[in-house]
Amino acid sequence: LLGRASLLVSAALKEGRVAPTELCQRCLSLIKSTKFLNAYITVAEETALKQAEESEKRYKRGQPLGVLDGIPIAVKDNFNTAGIETTCASNMLKGYISPYNATVVQKLLDQGAVLLGKTNLDEFAMGSGSTDGVFGPVRNPWSYSRQYKEKSVPKSHSEDKDSNWVITGGSSGGSAAAVSSFTCFAALGSDTGGSTRNPAAHCGVVGLKPTYGLISRHGLIPLVNSMDVPGILTRCVDDAAVVLGSLAGHDPKDSTTIQDNFKPFELSDLTDVSKLSIGIPKEYHAPGLSSEILALWSKAADLFKNAGAKVIEVSLPHTRYSIVCYHVLCTAEVASNMARFDGLEYGHRSDMNKSTESMYAATRREGFNDVVRGRILSGNYFLLKQNYENYFIKAQKVRRLIANDFVKVFGSGVDILLTPTTLSDAIPYMEFIKEDNRTRSAQDDILTQAANMAGLPAINVPTALSERGLPVGLQFIGRSFQEKQLLTVAKWFEKQVKFPMIQLDEVKRHDHGVFQHQKSASFLEHRT
Amino acid sequence: PYKVVGLEIHAQISSNSKLFSGSQVQFAAPPNSLVSFFDASLPGTLPVLNRRCVEAAVMTGLALNCSINKKSLFDRKHYFYADLPAGYQITQQRVPIAVNGSLSYSLCIDNKMSQMVTKTVRIKQIQLEQDSGKSLHDDVRSQTLVDLNRAGVGLMEVVMEPDMCCGEEAAAAVRELQLILQTLGSSQAVMAEGQLRVDANVSVHHPGEPYGVRTEVKNINSIRFLAKAVDYEIERQIEELESGGTILNETRAFDSKLGCTVPMRDKEGKQDYRFMPEPNLPPLILYNARSLPANMNHQQVVNIDWIHERLPDLPSVKRAKLVEQYGILPEHSFTLLNEAGLTEFFEDVIKQTQMKPKKVIGWILNDLLSYLKQHSLTVKESPVSSFLLADLLNRLEKKEISSTAAKQVFAELWKGEGKTPLEIVKEKKLQLIQDQEDLERICQAVMAIKSGNRKVLNKLIGLVQRETQGRSNPVLVKQLLEKKLSE
Repeated sequence: LLGRASLLVSAALKEGRVAPTELCQRCLSLIKSTKFLNAYITVAEETALKQAEESEKRYKRGQPLGVLDGIPIAVKDNFNTAGIETTCASNMLKGYISPYNATVVQKLLDQGAVLLGKTNLDEFAMGSGSTDGVFGPVRNPWSYSRQYKEKSVPKSHSEDKDSNWVITGGSSGGSAAAVSSFTCFAALGSDTGGSTRNPAAHCGVVGLKPTYGLISRHGLIPLVNSMDVPGILTRCVDDAAVVLGSLAGHDPKDSTTIQDNFKPFELSDLTDVSKLSIGIPKEYHAPGLSSEILALWSKAADLFKNAGAKVIEVSLPHTRYSIVCYHVLCTAEVASNMARFDGLEYGHRSDMNKSTESMYAATRREGFNDVVRGRILSGNYFLLKQNYENYFIKAQKVRRLIANDFVKVFGSGVDILLTPTTLSDAIPYMEFIKEDNRTRSAQDDILTQAANMAGLPAINVPTALSERGLPVGLQFIGRSFQEKQLLTVAKWFEKQVKFPMIQLDEVKRHDHGVFQHQKSASFLEHRT
Repeated sequence: PYKVVGLEIHAQISSNSKLFSGSQVQFAAPPNSLVSFFDASLPGTLPVLNRRCVEAAVMTGLALNCSINKKSLFDRKHYFYADLPAGYQITQQRVPIAVNGSLSYSLCIDNKMSQMVTKTVRIKQIQLEQDSGKSLHDDVRSQTLVDLNRAGVGLMEVVMEPDMCCGEEAAAAVRELQLILQTLGSSQAVMAEGQLRVDANVSVHHPGEPYGVRTEVKNINSIRFLAKAVDYEIERQIEELESGGTILNETRAFDSKLGCTVPMRDKEGKQDYRFMPEPNLPPLILYNARSLPANMNHQQVVNIDWIHERLPDLPSVKRAKLVEQYGILPEHSFTLLNEAGLTEFFEDVIKQTQMKPKKVIGWILNDLLSYLKQHSLTVKESPVSSFLLADLLNRLEKKEISSTAAKQVFAELWKGEGKTPLEIVKEKKLQLIQDQEDLERICQAVMAIKSGNRKVLNKLIGLVQRETQGRSNPVLVKQLLEKKLSE
C-alpha cells in the first residue's frame, strides 16, 4: 500500500479499505525504522495523527476535501510550518518555531494532507549532496536496496556495511529519501539550481521544478529569490500533477506569482507522439558525463524517435557560462538574504554582548556553517560599488543570454528538451566529501541550473538503474507555464521505461500482506 | 563666497498600513505592538506593495511638477543596525517614482512682510522607501531597546537640489513643502511627531570655483532649528576655510541646545550600501488614460491622470484665490495659510459680517493671531469664535463703538467668559456718543473755551465726569483740560 501512487491510495481511503490513521501510523513507524537514513529532522507525530483523525472523520461523513485528504506528506525544513520547528538544518534556526505556515504548506493542509514532518537538507539549501546540514548527512535509501547491495563488491569482510552508503544528492535530499523510502507519498523540496531534480535523480523519484511564478514562495526561506521555486517530489508523474494542481496559482502574499488563473489538470495518456518535437541540446553532453548516462540519454532519444516524434539536436550556446553566472547571482542574493540573521528578533543569539556589532558578528559566525559564510563573503564582494558593474550587472546580462537561448530553441518549433539530470549515479559519501561544497555544487548543478536561470519548468523522471544498481534519471525541460505538456510527455516516458521499484527490506516488513513485489511502476494503474 | 544648501526630506506617508505589509501606522503606540511578520523580517516573508503609498507619492510628484516615471524599480540598500531587522532597507535607488520637479516658495526681504520675493528650488526626485524602527540607547544598563513599530512605514524621500543659499531659504522651502503635503493629505508632515525629517547638505565656494566639499547635517527637529543649523554650518565652513583649514565630507548632528553642529561619532569612512535590485517586487508600472489597457481591473492599477484630476488646490493657488477674492495683500495670504485653520476662520467671519475683507484681515492678523501667539494657542483653541468676532466687527461697522472701544471688547471676549459683544459694550459703557444734542453741546463748549470763555471749563469737567460715570479724578481732569485748552 505504501508503494502505491497517491491517487490509488486516495481511492482506497475513499472506499474505506484503509483508514487515514492507519496509513499515518504505518508511515510514522516506517520513519522510525528508517531513521538511519536521517531523512527527517523533525517528525510531527502528534499533530500528524490529529490531522489523520480529522481526515478520517471527513471520510466517514463522505466529505473528503479532495484527492490529498489523509495523504501523508513531508516538507523540506526550509518551509515555514506554524508550531513545528523550522531549522533550515542550521544552528542559526535551531529551535525556531515559526508563527505562520508557508502558503504551499497551508494549501496542502487545507486539502487535508497529513504533515508527517520536516525533512533534512544542506544548510540553508546550499549544496548538492544534503551532506552539509547541522543534523548530519542524508543517506540514499538505495544504499540499502537489494539492487545496490547485489551489485556492490565489499572491499573487505570487516568493512561496516554502512560505510559504503551513497548520497541522496541535494539540497532536497531528505524529501527525496522520504519519498523514495515510502515514508510519505509526496514531499516538498525547493529548487534553485537543481535542488529538487538532482536528489530526485539519485533517489529514483519524480522531481518537478515548476515555472518560476507559478507557485507561491511565501514562507519558503529564500536562497535566491529570483530563482527559487518550491519543488515537488513524488513516486510517479501523475502524483506530481495532483500536487501541482493543489499548489499552483496566484498568491497575493507573493508579488512574483503570476495573476493568471491556474486550472488544475488531469494528465491524459499520450498515444501519439508524432506531433512532438524533442530537442537534444548538444552542450548538455558536459565534461564528466558518465558513459552510462550518455548511453541512456541516447536510448531515450531513440525511444521518442521510434515512436514517431521528431528528435533534433539543438544548441544552447551560453550553457557553459551558466555556472559562473549562477555563482555571482546566487552568492549576491545569499549575502542579501542572510543579512536578517543577526540574533536580534529570532534564532540563535550569541552570548557576546560587548556591543551590537560584536553580538551580530559572533551570532553569525556561530550560527552559519562555512558554506553559508563563504557565499555571504563572495556575494558581498560582488555587490561592492566598485565590483557591481563588472560582476552583478554582467551576470544579469549573461543570464538574459542564457534565457534567450531557450526562447530561441522553443521558438523554433521544439516542444520539450531532453537532457540528463546528473553527470553520474549517486556516489558514496566518503568519496563525495573529498571535494568541498563549492566544487561539488559547481559540478553537480551544471545540467539543472540553466532552467532556474530561465525560470522554466523541468522534471526528472527516473529512467533506469546504473551498473551499480543505483537510479539514473533524465530531465525534460518545457516552455514557461506549459506544465501540462511537460508532464504529459514525462508521463508517457515514465510508462515506456518502467523504472523498477526499490526493494527495501524495511518497507517489506512494514507492508507485508499488502505490499506487492512490483517490478514496474506502471503497475500502478489509476483506473480500478 | 557662495553658499550652497540642498535638502533631503523624509516625509512619512499618511496611510493606514505600512509600505510593504499590513500592520497599522500609528504614532505613539505601545512598543512593538504594530509589527507584522514581515516587519520583524521573519524568514520567508515577502513584501507586498501598498497602493495608497504609491498614490501618495504620485500626488506629491504631480504637486511638485515632477515627471512621474511610469516604470520605477525597487532596490535593497544594505547596512547593519539594530533598527533595521532585515539588514537592508527597500528603497528606490535606480529609478525612483518621480523626477525633475520644482517647488516655489516665498521669502520676506529684510523681514518686512510687505516685500515678498518668490524663489524656486529644483526637486531632483521623489522615491518611496521604508522607514526604520527606533532604537533607544540605555547607557545605564548597557543595552539598546528596539521598537519596530515604525519599521516599514512608508516614506517619500524628497531630494531638493542645492539651489538654496541660507537657513531662511531652506526653512521657507520646507515650510511650503509641509503645507503642500498637508493639503494633499499625502503626509501629515508634523516635524514634532517625526513625520517630516530634514537633512541638510551644506557647502561653500568662491564664485567661479567648483563646488566645495559638502557636509550633511542631521538631527534637525524643527523648521526654526533648520534655519539655525544651516546658518551655523555655513558660518563654520567659511571660518574654517578662511583660517586655512579644510572641510571634511562628513555627517554632522545639530545640537539644538548649543546651537551648533558637531561631528557624528558613528560614521567611520564611507558606507558601501551594496545596492541590489529587490527581487521580490516586480517593476512598479503606472498608467495614464492613454496607456491604460481596456480590460485592466481598475483596482489593480494606479492611473496618474485620474489622480491629477483630483488634486486639491495647492497652497499657491489657494493664496492667489484669497488675494483675488478678498482683495487682501499677498503677504496676508501667506500668513493665513501658515496657520492651521486661520483661513477657514477668516472666511467664516467674512460670511457673517458686512465689514470689508480688507478690514477684517487686519483684525484676524493683528488681533486674533497675536493673541493666539501670546497664549500659544491654535486657531481651534481660540476662545473667540468667528461668530463672536463677526458680531463685534458688525457693531464697529455700524459705528456703535469706536475702534479703540472695539479693541477693548475683543480683550474682554478673549477672557472667554461667555459674554457677547453687546453685553460687554453695555457693561463698560463703550457706546459711541451718537446723540446729536450731546455732541453739539460739547462742541459748543470747546469753541467757547477756544474763544476765551473759561467758565465753560466746569461744564466740560462735568461732561467728563458723566462720561466716566464719576470715576475720573476731577483734579486731574481739570489739569488736563487746562493743558489742552491752552494748546
